[in-house]
This record gives sequence, structure tokens and C-alpha cells, in this order.
Amino acid sequence: MWKVLERLLFRVTVSPTSRLAERKSFYSTLMATFNLKINGKLQKVEVDPTTPMLWVLRDHLDLQGTKYGCGIAQCGACTVHLDGIAVRSCQLPVSAVGKQAVTTIEGLSAHGDHPVQKAWIEHDVAQCGYCQAGQIMSAASLLKMNPRPSDADIDAAMSGNICRCGTYTRIKAAIRSAANR
Amino acid sequence: MDIEKTSYNRRSFLKVSVLSGGGMLLGFSLVAQSKPAGLKVQAALSGEGAELTSFIRITPQGQIAILSPNPEFGQNVKTAMPMIVAEELDVDWKTVVVEQAPFNTRLYGRQFTGGSQGIRQYWKSLRTAGASARQMLMEAAAQAWKVPVGEITTEAGVLHHKTSGKTAGYGAMATEAAKLPVPKEVKLKAVDTFKILSTPRQNVDGMSIVTGKPLFSLDYRQPGMLIAMMVHPPGFGQKLKSFDATAVRKMPGIRDVFSIKIFQEDYAQEIFDTRTFNELVVIVGRSTWEVMQAKKKLPVQWEPIADTVEKQNAFGQMRDKIVPAGLETTDAHYAGMKEREAQPAKELRRDGDPETAFRQAAKVLERTYTAPFLAHNSMEPLNCFAHVTAEKAFLACGIQAPEFTERAIAARLGMPIEKIDIQLTRMGGGFGRKAYGHYMVEAALISQKMKAPVKLIYSREDDMTYGIYRPMYRMTFRAAFDAAGNLTAFHVRGGGIPESPLGGSENNFPAGAIDHYLADEWTFPSNITVGAFRAPRSNFIAVAQQAFLDEVAETMGKDPIGFRLELLERAKTKPVGKNNTYEADRYAGVLKLVRDKSGWGQSSPANLHRGVAVYFCHNSYAAHVVDLSMKEGQPVVEKVTSAVDCGIVVNPEAAGNMVEGAVVDGIGNALFGNLTVKGGKPQQSNFDNYRMIRHNEAPKVIEVHFVKNEIDPTGLGEPPFPPVIAALANALYKATGKRLYSQPFQPALDKRNTGQPVQG
Ligand code: FES
Ligand code: FES
Repeated sequence: MWKVLERLLFRVTVSPTSRLAERKSFYSTLMATFNLKINGKLQKVEVDPTTPMLWVLRDHLDLQGTKYGCGIAQCGACTVHLDGIAVRSCQLPVSAVGKQAVTTIEGLSAHGDHPVQKAWIEHDVAQCGYCQAGQIMSAASLLKMNPRPSDADIDAAMSGNICRCGTYTRIKAAIRSAANR
Repeated sequence: MDIEKTSYNRRSFLKVSVLSGGGMLLGFSLVAQSKPAGLKVQAALSGEGAELTSFIRITPQGQIAILSPNPEFGQNVKTAMPMIVAEELDVDWKTVVVEQAPFNTRLYGRQFTGGSQGIRQYWKSLRTAGASARQMLMEAAAQAWKVPVGEITTEAGVLHHKTSGKTAGYGAMATEAAKLPVPKEVKLKAVDTFKILSTPRQNVDGMSIVTGKPLFSLDYRQPGMLIAMMVHPPGFGQKLKSFDATAVRKMPGIRDVFSIKIFQEDYAQEIFDTRTFNELVVIVGRSTWEVMQAKKKLPVQWEPIADTVEKQNAFGQMRDKIVPAGLETTDAHYAGMKEREAQPAKELRRDGDPETAFRQAAKVLERTYTAPFLAHNSMEPLNCFAHVTAEKAFLACGIQAPEFTERAIAARLGMPIEKIDIQLTRMGGGFGRKAYGHYMVEAALISQKMKAPVKLIYSREDDMTYGIYRPMYRMTFRAAFDAAGNLTAFHVRGGGIPESPLGGSENNFPAGAIDHYLADEWTFPSNITVGAFRAPRSNFIAVAQQAFLDEVAETMGKDPIGFRLELLERAKTKPVGKNNTYEADRYAGVLKLVRDKSGWGQSSPANLHRGVAVYFCHNSYAAHVVDLSMKEGQPVVEKVTSAVDCGIVVNPEAAGNMVEGAVVDGIGNALFGNLTVKGGKPQQSNFDNYRMIRHNEAPKVIEVHFVKNEIDPTGLGEPPFPPVIAALANALYKATGKRLYSQPFQPALDKRNTGQPVQG
């Protein structure tokens, strides 16, 4: 169990020191073509290879559900799944995705009926709602790894997602009830 | 049962028309009827010639839509307002469709979200509109069935005539109803017969939120849209000198680099107009990532500002605001506030003879409290879509005070206001920050220059370092006691950078409960721009005052709740002075409720430390008890018990969520919130150096209780926020034996853990 959690945590908190931009040379204009597997569909994009998945999703694929909050892996608003595991898409360059499957909030379920989404509605979790796509993606990944998380497990998996509206207690309650489904 | 007139000053605020294709459209103004006193914003606006603000639409097929007029930023008005209409209309909530009304001052009148005003202001109008539509449907049925209208009843969107057994859905009568005159007055339901109101209802946008639908401003797109970002001076007290766009222009995807001036020099700013950094360098390109790269590479030179005079239009009153030159520093701010406090202050309220009472006191308790600048840090950074052509300016974004910004945009673009068209999107948090619409003016100017649709996006760093912070504050309280230990006099002196928190609250509790009372204030000028932040001013006064009262109670050897109740009893039975703004009974009511629900006074486990606080602001009363334990020298909030009196609770589900959110947000800001400056430059720029409360730091349990009454609803977004900080401070004292006087509290807790002396 700890192994899984550790892997999860490690993926979740990529160090912000490796800011992608800094590694890029001034005039690098190299565009490249990537064939990405997103929400079960193959998608072709032609972009600068350093472009984070966050902006590939939002600007190039018109998937607006994944949110920008900080750009440095501190807030979790941009959380997506890479082969089912929560990652911060603002720190995931498109060139690093390869054949791994990307799932965004739009692809989490066909009809908004993933147990986590259902629990979120039932507990009326959202206030402004901006952070919630990221919260839901983190929670869904947690429950996939660990279907019966303790409160400490929830704390560990969810503390990378900031909610300024302060919906944390409802998030915890919703995760608990999703786990019991 | 209330009877409500449907006209105001002889002008009807309801207007009905037949929909093309049949059915009924009832438009109604939300401004005409309600005129709450208080907030300056209202005073200026209540005279506005508002037209129609919102709509009820009933199609012949019986589909019922309610357009919610207010900008939504998470306070759930988009669900609450239609609930109020639906209650009086008497329809099945499950069949009602809720839409966001587009913003248009000619059509909709004032739309402002802030000051916890949404529901309070519109309560009567919303109810009257719903009741009027129902009345007209009943009249139409009575005419069709040739029976007296008094025999018609309704239930869940269906009209009934009991004796003849006739029934019809609202849709069937809607077209005919729309041809009838609007009734002159209507009966409103009795509060105890509510079926939708005061029952828990889920957020109407809940499904769209959990499935990632593009609801927010940042999600809004149009074909051919360009992305713009801006570069602003790195610090306050600086302005643009020059920039060199040569290299950046050649970067991939970049379309243009230029500077814009937000307001012309002679423009008289209204209340939400700001010119923090009046000239910005703008980079426009085809994708966000490309523009972000270019932004980092752009060489820009800055220079210091001179003392500047800004022209301001404060609700028609012209005045000059002086913005001092200089590169300011937080340490100097704290030192400056201390020095300024010792100089003469402006008196706000005086009862009895406070000077003599203090001179004759057997004992005086004096304590000083401070608080830092706070950044709003809404999770959605500022952004705005604009498409400006010669014909019109179209903007789409989240904005808390669209009406004000609309005027600013019209003035700046030199376009008549009719040509400005704003579409309101959902806001990813506002907390006051999105009342200041400079980003909309900026987006409009960029689009005008590019002759293209443009989305202006602030990076998180831009959002955090641009200002419009919660002001810095300092307050000193003094209490005088006679030889018998009775509280005889009270003095509060408050000030801030650049505003005082105190003005407007000098008549709030404990004024009215103490014979000799003095309140005075001062200000300290600065070039750092500040503005409304969740529960403006109260967010500090409540903390300082309620922590001080805790210490006064302790000095007198009294229970913190018992002592406050004694003061409130005095304020009720023998009030001192006039103009006291609070109702002592309601104040005491939340305190008693929180006492009973939290089990205050009962023995609790040895490692549990409790603090209490109560406050009245934005027309509602809130009290909290915070239960802490200490683990490895750090506080763990085990439980918060909250009691709130906000009149009738429209939607208990959303109301509970708002209070819980305010509790979490308050504790987070109290422990960690801190925006400091050095050489004019904000020292925090993103969430790696501006600490926000996180999931594992939130209270384990938050229990919310509402006072049950039949008072018209009052605000809820703000009132529970300020007192929770004080309750936390009081609990921290119980846990650590040290009182903390300076926010944020966390640094002192950390020092304590490392054995360093705790300051303050
Ligand atoms: S935007 Fe990626 S973690 Fe904040
Ligand atoms: S719901 Fe608003 S930031 Fe989480």
C-alpha cells in the first residue's frame, strides 16, 4: 500500500525547480507532431514539445475542464490522469506523454456518473467550482489505488489541491461516501 | 401573510409580454423595490433608473425558466434567487430551468455581487414577481373556465378548480395570462408554508461543474481568438520607462508587443476603478504557452513614480487622492503604523467621559493587534475575453461590479455605453478582488488595438503581485477597571495602510454596552493599492476586538461567553448612546446557540482547547467555538461549532457550505495569509511562497447551526468569516498559554516550536 501511495505522491508533487521554460533556448521554434491518447481518442497536435499538457488540452484540444491555477505544481487545479494516476498537467510536457493514456475531467465518465462525481453532487461540494475538476481527478486516482482510504490517506492524496472557497470538509465527506459505494 | 405592491413610485417594476410562439415572459426589476441602507454602493445605486432585471419564462409546453441576474462566484445566488421565485410561483423545483441572465444595465439594472447583498436586496422583488405570475395564471384560468378566481388553487405548476374538477398546467394558460394586466398587489406566502425555500437544494450548476463544462471566464473562447498577457512593474511605486520588443516579436506564435495606458490622466475614477499600474506592456500571440515564454524574455525598464494626484468620483463627489512616491517595505509599514497611532486621531464616537474614567481607573488593560496585507488568491486568476470593433465592444468574463466597469470601458474606448455588451461567466472565486474591473478595460484596449478577439490572462504571479490587497491594519484597545474590577471605560483606536478599518463600525458592539467609550481612527498613506476583501474591515476588527474582549473577561475572572452576554444584556436594557447598529438580542442569540451546541462549559478532554468569538457584520450575526488539540507543537482544529443568524435561510445546503467555507478560509488566512513588500516589490508571487490552507489543515468537523426566525434573509458570504479568526486566536491562547497579537499566527507558532521567544 505504501508503495502505491508513495508513487502517487511522488507523481503528484513534481519539483517546481525544473521549470520547463528555463530549459528552453531563446529561439527554439521547433514544432513537433504528437499523437496523444486523450479520453480514449487518438488526437494529433503540432506544438512546441515543451508545451505543458495543461495548455495542449486547453488551447489546442479545446478541453477546458482542466484548469490553470498556478503553473508550478502547487495547486492541483490542472490535475489529469496519466495511465490512471493523478499528475499535474502544468508540469507535464507534451513530449513526455508518449503512449500513456491521458484522462481529463471530461473523460472521467461518459455521463458524469463516476462514483466520485456522484458523491460530489450528493454532498453539494462545489462553491465557485473552479478547483473541483482537479479535486475530483485527485480523488478518483486515490480511490483507484486505494479503494478504502483512511482519513490520513485522504489527507495525503488531497493536500496538493488548493480550494480557496474552503470546501475541504465536504470533499472529505464525498470521498468517504464514494469509497463506500 | 405579506401583501406586496407591484409598483414603486408609481412605476410598475413588472412587465409582461407574450413570447413569440406563445407563452409568457414576465420581466421584473430587482432594484426598484429594495433599498437596503448601509453599504455606500447601494446608496448611490438605489436611484438608478433600472429597467428589467430578471425574467420568468413559461412556454406553452409548460417549460419554466428563471433567469438569475447576479454574477455567480460561488455564493450560490444562481440557485437561491430562482428558488425564491419558484416558491411564490408554486412550481415543482425539479422542472425549473435556471439560466444566467446576460449583463446589460439598460435591461437588467444593477448587478453586483459583494457585501453579502445578493439575496437580501432582492428578496421581496423576487417573491413578488413569482406571486404576480402565479396570480395572472390563476386569472387566466378563471376566465377560461368561467369561475371566480378565488376558487382557483395551484400546486406544483398546475392550476385546479376543485368543484368542477378542471385542471391545467401553467403552460396551457401562459399565453392568455400574458395578455392580462399585471395585478396591482399580490399576497405572498406565509413563511411556515414554504415548500422550496428553507429546504436543501443542490447547486443548479453542480453537474456542469463535476463534468468540467466550460463555465468559467478562462474557458470562454471564440474562433480566431488571440491570447494576451501583460508585464507590469515588479513593484509598487514604479512605472514603465521603456521596453525592447525586437527579439520577442520574432518568437514563435507572437503577434504583437505594445504598451497600453489603462486610464487617461484626467479620468475621474469611480469606486471600483483602480490604476495600480496604469501603463502595462502587452504581449499578444496565438497560444498561452508561447505568450508565457515571450513574457519571460521581454526586456523592460522601469522607473520610480513621482507623487501623483488621482482624480476620484466618489458617487458624484469629486476629490483628489494623493499617491505618494517611494519604494515601500513591510518593516517600515509596521514601524510607521506604530508611530502614526501615537499621534492625534480622528474621533468617531464618544460616550461619557472616557479620559476621566481612564485617569481614575484602578487598572488599565492595553493591547495592540496587527494584520498584514492579504492577497485574494481566487483560484481562477484574473482574465477577460474582449472583442472590440467599430460597432461594439463585447466582453465575457467574471466581474463582481459590472455596472461600474461598463462605464469605465465606455469612457476609455470613447464609445457610448449602449455599445458595451458584457456577458457574465461563472467566477472562479472573487472575494472582493473581481469588483475591480481594470482587467476588463485592459482586455478591451488590447482587442481594439489588435482588431481581433482577445483573451487577456493574468498568470498566477500577475494575479498575486498586482495588488488590490486587503489593507494592513493596526488597532489598540484599552479597557479601564475600577477598584472593584468592573469595566468602566473602553477605547479603541484603529488605523491602516492606507485605510482605517474602524470608520463605519464605531457604533457596533461593544459600543452601547459601556458607559465611557471612545473610538478614533487614523490612516497611513501608501502607493500600494487595496480594496474589498471578504468582509472588508470587519475581517480585522472582529479579530482584534474579540481577542481583546477575551482578555478583558479573563482579567475580570469571567467566563468568555458569560461576560459577553452580560455586556449584551446591558446594551439591551440600558443602552449607552445612540446609533448602535446591532440588535443585542440577535447578537446574544447566536452566542447562546453556539454555547449550547458546542457543549461550552462542560468538561472536555484535557488536550482539547476551546476559544469562542462572535461578531455582527453585513447584517448577519455569527459565532464560533473552535476546539483545538496540539500535535507536535502544531494546532489541529478538531472541531468548529458555528451559529449564524442570517434571517430566513433560503437554501440550507448552500448556506451550510458557505459557513464551512468561511471557517476554513478564515483559519487559513489567520494562520498563513501574508503579503509582504520589500523595495515596493511583493515578496510572494505564487503558492510556493504564499501559503494557503490545505486539505490536511482544515478542521476535521464543522458543525453549522442557524437561528430559526422569520426575518427577511441577510448576508451569508461574509459574516461568518471574521469571528472564526478570533475564536482561533482565543483557542490558541488556551493551547499555548501565549496570546498572539499579530497575524499571521503560524510564524509565532513555529518560533515557539524551535524554542525562540514568541513576539508580541
Ligand atoms: S496549475 Fe498545475 S498545479 Fe497549479
Ligand atoms: S470551490 Fe472555489 S476554489 Fe474550490
